[in-house]
Amino acid sequence: MRLIEAKGMTVALAGQVVLRDVDFHVDPGEIVTIVGPNGSGKSTLLRTLIGALRPEAGEIRRKPDLRLGYVPQKLQIDATLPLTVGRFLSLPRRIAAAQAQAALDEAGAGTLTDRPMADLSGGQFQRVLLARALLGRPDLLLLDEPTQGLDQPGSAAFYRQIEQIRARLGCAVVMVSHELHVVMSASDRVVCLNGHVCCQGHPETVAQAAEYRALFGTGTHGALALYRHEHSHSHDHDHSHDHTDHVH
Amino acid sequence: MLDDFLVRAALAGLGLALAAAPLGCFVSWRRMAYFGDATAHAAILGVALALALSLPVFAGTLAVALLMALLVGTLSERGLALDTVLGVLAHGALAVGLVAITFVPGARLDLSAYLFGDILAVTPADLAVIWGGGLAVSALMVWRWQALLTTTVSPDLAWASGLDPRREQRILTVALALTVAVAIKVVGVLLIGAMLLIPAAAARPFSRTPERMALLAAAIGAVSALAGLQMALWFDTPAGPSMVCVAAAIFAVSAAASALRG
Repeated sequence: MRLIEAKGMTVALAGQVVLRDVDFHVDPGEIVTIVGPNGSGKSTLLRTLIGALRPEAGEIRRKPDLRLGYVPQKLQIDATLPLTVGRFLSLPRRIAAAQAQAALDEAGAGTLTDRPMADLSGGQFQRVLLARALLGRPDLLLLDEPTQGLDQPGSAAFYRQIEQIRARLGCAVVMVSHELHVVMSASDRVVCLNGHVCCQGHPETVAQAAEYRALFGTGTHGALALYRHEHSHSHDHDHSHDHTDHVH
Repeated sequence: MLDDFLVRAALAGLGLALAAAPLGCFVSWRRMAYFGDATAHAAILGVALALALSLPVFAGTLAVALLMALLVGTLSERGLALDTVLGVLAHGALAVGLVAITFVPGARLDLSAYLFGDILAVTPADLAVIWGGGLAVSALMVWRWQALLTTTVSPDLAWASGLDPRREQRILTVALALTVAVAIKVVGVLLIGAMLLIPAAAARPFSRTPERMALLAAAIGAVSALAGLQMALWFDTPAGPSMVCVAAAIFAVSAAASALRG
């Protein structure tokens, strides 16, 4: 049974249609990478899947009792709210200290328990968000541009970590990426979004594109792959995305 | 014991501090200061209506505060330019209430009691309302604490955890209206916002967790109430504003101490 399935979904933000007639689904245990240019509705798609936005049309079906782990792109915590990392992890369900520590260790943030959230760097904050998402033992982990601000080795390390988490928890992963052409090689499926689903399919591995392997080197240990977009339609000018640097 | 007006006044102040502390923390964390003001100021209109219709003042203020809080909540969900809209509503509601109350015979004489509170005239029945309302607000806060906190940190994280942030917002709305209705006798509509915000702000530099901040704010609110009452007796000053003066002084000391600490 599918974890989540959206059919004919149309979503508007402040009266502007951002997603039109989108079909999207996630099967248990698969890793789906969503790519698309800025403003293509990637974050909107995730926020609709978690229930924060209501589609104007279409339907979303969830597996009963689906457990979601959501890592937002950014989070602004008001300076007047005192919150340590440990306390943040206990929201909304209170958890034992040992459990919090285990989740932080798993996310690579083991030393941060007593630190105020306001003092964390961007990368540390991201790891804490990941730790919190893992605490709920999710069936489906949704990550919104988790590698933003990371360099390529950093992205590669993060992707390997996600692979390990999937292997251990058996959860499905939906990841939004700001990179159009370089995606996580462990992706079972890449969905290219631009207000609608443009194309989707398996990523090609770096190994098959020697010229790009030269470009990206081997320092990623195979964590990065190229994605060949197979569009069968043309775009209007206002949301065309640059095809000139595709691998063809 | 309740025969002594001073004991009743002290208990009324403590009852308000109890309700205002946790709620005031959320007002601060969620940047709802104007929201509180708009709701409180609208209460004067509720006073006018209650007096005109010979209803209990508590019922009138609660009803109008609730309506105002719902209106503001709806507007904020639609994403209007909140700062301006709330400013208009807060001051507009106060002005309309002040005009309306002049049409009620006799109420003009009591006006300052509703604007600045009249804690020394608290009756045992008032005390029952204040403590009943205060305990109800505290119980609501304790019951929804984890969900409210999650929603405050991020509505999206709340949705993903299966919570409904709109529901939690409505709970805060109801708590705010209840607090306004119980506070009107103690500090009056003009200074309710102060009793919500100042103890919470003074508690912030000495708190590492939200729970500690709420407890510390309750303690600061209680000290402000009792010390303000004492000050009112010594210097023959109005009790409500005196309480707020003490709270503001504690905030100043707290801010200075936190600045010195670096």
